[in-house]
Amino acid sequence: MRHSRPFTGFSTGVIEAIGLTKHYNDFVAVDGVDLTVREGEVLSLLGPNGAGKTTTVRMLASILKPTAGRASVAGLDTVRHAREVRRLIGLLTEFPGLYLRMRGWEYLDFFGQLQGLAPALRAERSEQLLRRFELWEARQQRTGEYSKGMRQKLALVRAMLHDPQVLFLDEPTSAMDPHSARLVREAIADLRRDRRTVVLCTHNLLEAEALADRIAIIRRGRIVALGTAAELKQRLLGDPVIELRLGRTLDGLLPEVESIVPVREQGPDWLRYSTSQPEVVNPRVVERLARLGAPIITLSEVPRSLEEVYLRIVSEPDARP
Amino acid sequence: MPALSTALIITRREVRDSLRDWRIVAPIAILTLVFPFLMDFTANLAREFVLRYGGANAIIAERLNPFLFMIVGFFPITFSLVIALETFVGEKERNSLEPLLATPISDTQLYLGKMLGALALPLAGSWVSICIYLAGAYFSQNWLPDPLLMVQVVLLTAGQALVMVSGAVVVSSQTTSVRAANLLASFIIIPMALLVQAESLVLFWGQYEVIWWVIAGLGVADLILIRMGVRIFNREEILSRELDQINLRRIARSFAGYFARPPEQALKRDSAGRLDLVRMYRHDIPTLIAAHWLPILVVCLTLAAAVGAGAIYAADYPLPAGTLQLESLPRDAFEDLPQVGFLPRFTVSGVFFNNLRSLALAGILALFSFGVLAVVLLMAPLAIVGFFAAQLGALGYSPLVFVGTFILPHGIVELPAAIIATAFALRIGAALVSPPAGLDVGQGLLLVVADFLKIFLLLVIPLLLIAALIEVHITPQVVLAVYGAG
Repeated sequence: MRHSRPFTGFSTGVIEAIGLTKHYNDFVAVDGVDLTVREGEVLSLLGPNGAGKTTTVRMLASILKPTAGRASVAGLDTVRHAREVRRLIGLLTEFPGLYLRMRGWEYLDFFGQLQGLAPALRAERSEQLLRRFELWEARQQRTGEYSKGMRQKLALVRAMLHDPQVLFLDEPTSAMDPHSARLVREAIADLRRDRRTVVLCTHNLLEAEALADRIAIIRRGRIVALGTAAELKQRLLGDPVIELRLGRTLDGLLPEVESIVPVREQGPDWLRYSTSQPEVVNPRVVERLARLGAPIITLSEVPRSLEEVYLRIVSEPDARP
Repeated sequence: MPALSTALIITRREVRDSLRDWRIVAPIAILTLVFPFLMDFTANLAREFVLRYGGANAIIAERLNPFLFMIVGFFPITFSLVIALETFVGEKERNSLEPLLATPISDTQLYLGKMLGALALPLAGSWVSICIYLAGAYFSQNWLPDPLLMVQVVLLTAGQALVMVSGAVVVSSQTTSVRAANLLASFIIIPMALLVQAESLVLFWGQYEVIWWVIAGLGVADLILIRMGVRIFNREEILSRELDQINLRRIARSFAGYFARPPEQALKRDSAGRLDLVRMYRHDIPTLIAAHWLPILVVCLTLAAAVGAGAIYAADYPLPAGTLQLESLPRDAFEDLPQVGFLPRFTVSGVFFNNLRSLALAGILALFSFGVLAVVLLMAPLAIVGFFAAQLGALGYSPLVFVGTFILPHGIVELPAAIIATAFALRIGAALVSPPAGLDVGQGLLLVVADFLKIFLLLVIPLLLIAALIEVHITPQVVLAVYGAG
């Protein structure tokens, strides 16, 4: 079921925030966040504990009111149209927060009722999602008997039950075994394919890199870096480093490569260079070496982790995107 | 989706959850199913015992059944307090509240759903318990209460349960832990215990019509508490609050800001407040009084009603002829007045401090009574004025001359001071139910107390001082000039 939009005044993003700020007395939890998340985009919010990720999500989900600034979801103001916004979103909270004396099926039925879903649709969606997340067999068990991973999956099913247009997922794969985590990652990928907008808060940087179209790093309530993983790496770590390995020594070949791109490091049979235009430089290097009859074994980008980017950003004194 | 049906979704879940918790079900079941038999057994024993000492004691035996009838209904509803106290804060502790807050239900639906959920099971238990006791009393003693008493006890239990639940839900939505909520529950338990004692007295006294007043009082308290709960409940507060720690420095800073800033800038924390007496007299006080026109009007109407009530009582309890002989008032009537225990000394300081104490007390009592006791405190002397004015009228004197001589000279200053102080005290009480816009309960209270203090220090105290001077030095002269024996 897809909800119709009561107002389609937004132009660029399904989620838009302008100067979003939240104070708790003298403490500034979120400090002027500007953000646009487009339809079908997965945005990952990264940041240390207490950086303001949860507060930002709560404001976007119309649970908290901003102290200053404004936000909209699907064109609806999160303060003035809070209930409509909450109808359009699904929220997976940091902790599953299940009612432990309820059965899995009953739990979903309860939230389906609160979302205003008809009984048949509730049953259909519950079955579909429980089967997908391999909880169908456990549907009549009390959630108190569920494992941590099962609870997390049931909470995700709850968030997806009404087929929301926007999903806020806080640590969706925490406490899950690798198989379950994979199921969840596949589900997120499917959501993106279905043009749903997903905001993913996680400390799992590999997951963020694999799933997110863009990454926002938040620190002390501010977004200090925003972009694709590649953009962030380039901005923080410089141009990608390319490593070339040959089936022979570099004798006489170095000047040929350096005539195209400066070489940063070299070994007996390998070299590394960095370039902002690999799509232009790499073919030229390959072509030149092939013409000289040099056997190329591999030409690849030296992996640079998002973790490196993240740690560099969060340890900087202060920064703006 | 209709509002109530959504609230009932929450209620059904809450009730089902309570029914699955043996820690709730077992005590309610025992109190509901076992306690009435025990009460019935006790009633029989007590009846036999008191009747053994003669017919004069029959009245005790007769009044025992209505009392126990009320008690068996009360015990199961005490559990509503336990359920209600943890309804929000317990969920917050278990992290199950945020998913609920993220659904499209309104704050009012959530509040009502939770409240009804806490109420349903204990109240049902209470009524079952009453039925069991009645059945037992009928079969063992052939006793059945008057149908009207049955209605009263059923309404009484419902009113008491609702007061406890609505009060506890307010506590639960304003605290950060179940432990803190339990500690604050004494604010509900103590008045309820006192109420049950008072009800017991009334039932033994046999004045069942008084129970209607108790039911009416409970109904008003229910309405106030539910409105208070709906008004101050918000998901923001519940999720934001992490600590119950008192930050005295912040409280003092807020209070000083509210006091020093002009009323229209009171909420602008970034605007620096200045203690400018000229501005306060020229601007702040008139602005505050104008803004409080409604409580001032309410106090004036209530006082008029008090004067009327005093006059009515005068008709019911007329003084014997010759009791008041104003025409022979001696010239030294106001000198060396005998000291009566509860009356102040007839000196400027005596009168001034007595009035000051009364009005300051009104501000304090308002805090614990939603403002009601502040108004009641001022109604009493006005009712006395009405009573004596009417008595004098009946004895052939002019009530207007009485008021014009005994009251008006100082009253023209004292009464406005008292009305203004009481109106601001009333606002303190009302702030609990309806905090000023844009503020939570705590900050709202600080603002209204700061306003009360500003008015009290700058306006009421000087007026009371002037009034005391007039009352001691001028009013007696006016009285003697009109009524004196010469």
